[in-house]
Amino acid sequence: MKLDLRYNKDFLAGLLMLAIGGGGMFMALDYPFGSSLRMGPGYFPRVLASIIILFGVFVLIRGLRTQERVNGPWGFKPLAFIVASLWTFGWTMEHAGLLPSLAAMFFIAAAAGSQFNWKEVAILTVFMSIFAVLVFVKGIGLPYPLVGGF
Amino acid sequence: MEMFDNLLLGFQVALSLQNLAYCFLGVFVGTAIGVLPGIGPLVTIAMLLPITFNLAPVPSLIMLAGIYYGAQYGGSTTSILVNLPGETAAVVTCLDGYQMARQGRAGPALAIAAIGSFTAGCVGTLLIGLFGPPLAEVALKFGASEYFSLMLMALIAAACLASGDMVKSLAMVFLGLLFGIIGTDVNSGMARFSFGVAELTDGIGFTVVAVGLFAIAEIVRNLERTEQHEVFTGKVKNLMPTLADLKVCAFPIMRGTLVGSFFGALPGTGPSISAFCTYMLEKKIAKDPSIFGKGAIQGVAAPESANNAAAQTAFIPTLTLGIPGSATMALMLGALTIQGIAPGPQVMTQNPELFWGLIASMWIGNLMLVVLNLPLVGLWVKLLKIPYRWLFPSIVMFCAIGNFSINNSPMDVYLCGIAGILGYTFSKLECEPAPLILGFVLGPLMEENLRRALLISRGDPTVFFTRPISLGFMLASILILVVMVIPAIRQKKEQAYAEGGG
Repeated sequence: MKLDLRYNKDFLAGLLMLAIGGGGMFMALDYPFGSSLRMGPGYFPRVLASIIILFGVFVLIRGLRTQERVNGPWGFKPLAFIVASLWTFGWTMEHAGLLPSLAAMFFIAAAAGSQFNWKEVAILTVFMSIFAVLVFVKGIGLPYPLVGGF
Repeated sequence: MEMFDNLLLGFQVALSLQNLAYCFLGVFVGTAIGVLPGIGPLVTIAMLLPITFNLAPVPSLIMLAGIYYGAQYGGSTTSILVNLPGETAAVVTCLDGYQMARQGRAGPALAIAAIGSFTAGCVGTLLIGLFGPPLAEVALKFGASEYFSLMLMALIAAACLASGDMVKSLAMVFLGLLFGIIGTDVNSGMARFSFGVAELTDGIGFTVVAVGLFAIAEIVRNLERTEQHEVFTGKVKNLMPTLADLKVCAFPIMRGTLVGSFFGALPGTGPSISAFCTYMLEKKIAKDPSIFGKGAIQGVAAPESANNAAAQTAFIPTLTLGIPGSATMALMLGALTIQGIAPGPQVMTQNPELFWGLIASMWIGNLMLVVLNLPLVGLWVKLLKIPYRWLFPSIVMFCAIGNFSINNSPMDVYLCGIAGILGYTFSKLECEPAPLILGFVLGPLMEENLRRALLISRGDPTVFFTRPISLGFMLASILILVVMVIPAIRQKKEQAYAEGGG
C-alpha cells in the first residue's frame, strides 16, 4: 500500500527544502548577481538556493522510492499552543508589562499539555512570576515595567 | 616555559574572588538548567547568554564557561537518572548510565562521570596551552581563501559525521548558510530576505534560532506523546565509586580523553562523534563486550571523558582561528563579539588575560563540578522529580524572557516561535538541526571570505586549490565526502550511532 504523502518523511523534507530554496531563489533574483570577480548581493544567495533546490529534488524523489514514515503523530496542538504562548508573550510585553505577559504565557503554554488544571497553573504562574521578577528584574536589572507598556 | 607563564597569568585572573564567584554561579545555574530533561548545553547557554551581557568581558566569559560545563554535567545527570539525553553526545551516556541507576548504582555513575570529565578537562586545558599559541601564529598567515576552505571543511565534517542522514545534513548546512545571510549585505548595503521588516535588516540573532530549533522543538516533541518517562525515584546513595570501579575506568578515561581531544580540535567534529567513537572502541577492546549496555561503568566513564575533552579542545580552533567548530562554540564566539572582541588569532596577543583567564576558569569550573556539584546531587534529583507539566511552561518562560531581553524587542520572540515551528518540522522529518546552526553562524563569514578571495584572485576560482593551506583543507573536505560515500564506512558510522540508539 502506498504511504500517505502527509506521513512520507523524505518526501516532506524534500518539499520543505524545495519551498525554502525556491522562495530564496525567487527573492534573490531581485538582487544584483554581479560576477565572480565582483560578487553582487545576489551571487551567494542564488548559489545557495540552487544547491538547496537540488538537494530538495533528490530527497523528495528518494522519499517516493523509500516510502519511510514519519515517527509518531504530528503534534499540531502542542506546537500551536507553545508558539502562541511565545507570540502572546512578545506582544503583551510591549503593551501590558511583564506580569500580565507571564500570566498569559503560562496559561497558553500549559494548555499545550495533556493535563490542564486551572488551580495548578495559577500557582505555577504566581511562583514563577515571583522568581522571574527577583532574578531578571531585581537581579540582572532588566528594565521591564511589571505592569504597563513600554 | 612560555606555556606555564601563560597558564599562570590565566590562573591569576581566574582566581580573583569575583571571577571565582561568577564561575561558581555559572556552574550552578548551568547545572540547574542543564539537568532539566531535553535541555542540552547548547540550549542552556543560549537561554542564559543574556544574563551575562551586563558583565565585563572577562567575568562574562568565565561565567559562560561555567554555564557550559555545568550544563554538560547537568546533561549527564539527566541521562543517567532519567534516560533522557539533552543532546546527541549524551545518548551514549544513557546506555550504561541509566542501567547503572536502575541497579542502584546511580551514585558511582554520576561520580565517575564527574571524575572522567575532570581528568579530560585537565588534559584539554594543557593541550590548549600547548597548541593554542603556535596555531594562532599559523592562523595569522591565513588569507580569505584559507578561511573559506577551512569553513567549508568544518561544515562538511559537521554534516557528514553527525548522526542521521548525510544527504539531509548537508542540505541543512546550506539552509543554515541561507538563513545566515538574512539581513543587510555588508558590501552593497542591500537588505536581503528582510520581508520589509526593519528588525530583519540586522539579521536574525543566533540565540533566537538556537532556542527555537532546539528548546521549543524539543518541548513540542515531548508533548506530542502522552506516555510518561520512568523517572528515577530512589535516593542517590554511596556516591563514591569503589577502588575496583576506579581501576576498571582508568584506561577507558585515558582513551576517551585522547579520542575526545582529537575530535574536539578538528573543526566541525566534536563531543557527539567522540562519545560514540570511544564507546565503540571500548566495546571492541573489552574482554567481555557483552557487559556494555547492561550497566558497565566503563561505558559511562569513557564517553563522558571523551565528551568533555572534546568540549575543551573545541576551544582551540574557536579561539585561535575564530572559526567555531560546533554550534555551542558559535555561541561562545557570539558572546565574545557582543563584548566587543573580534574573534580570531589576535585575541591571544591582544587580550591575553581574557584568553588565558578563560582557559584557567574552564579548569576551575571542572574542578567545581567535582567538589561542589557531587554533594548537590540530591538537589538535582529533586529538580528531576518535578512533573513535566510544570517544567515545560517554565522552560518556555526562560526562552521567552531570554529572547526578549537580547534587544528588548518582541520581534526576537516572534522569530523564535517561527524557528520553533521549523525546528519541530525538521525534527519530525529527521533533518538534523545542528549542521544548520553551524551554517547559520558561518554564512556571512563564508560569503565575505569567498568574495574577498575571488576579488584578490581576479575572479579565478582555482585560487582555493593553488594556495597550499587552502588546498589542504579542500582535499580534506573532499576526502571526508568520498570516505562517507563508501558504503562500508557509512554503514560503520550508522552502526556506531545505532548502537548508541541515536
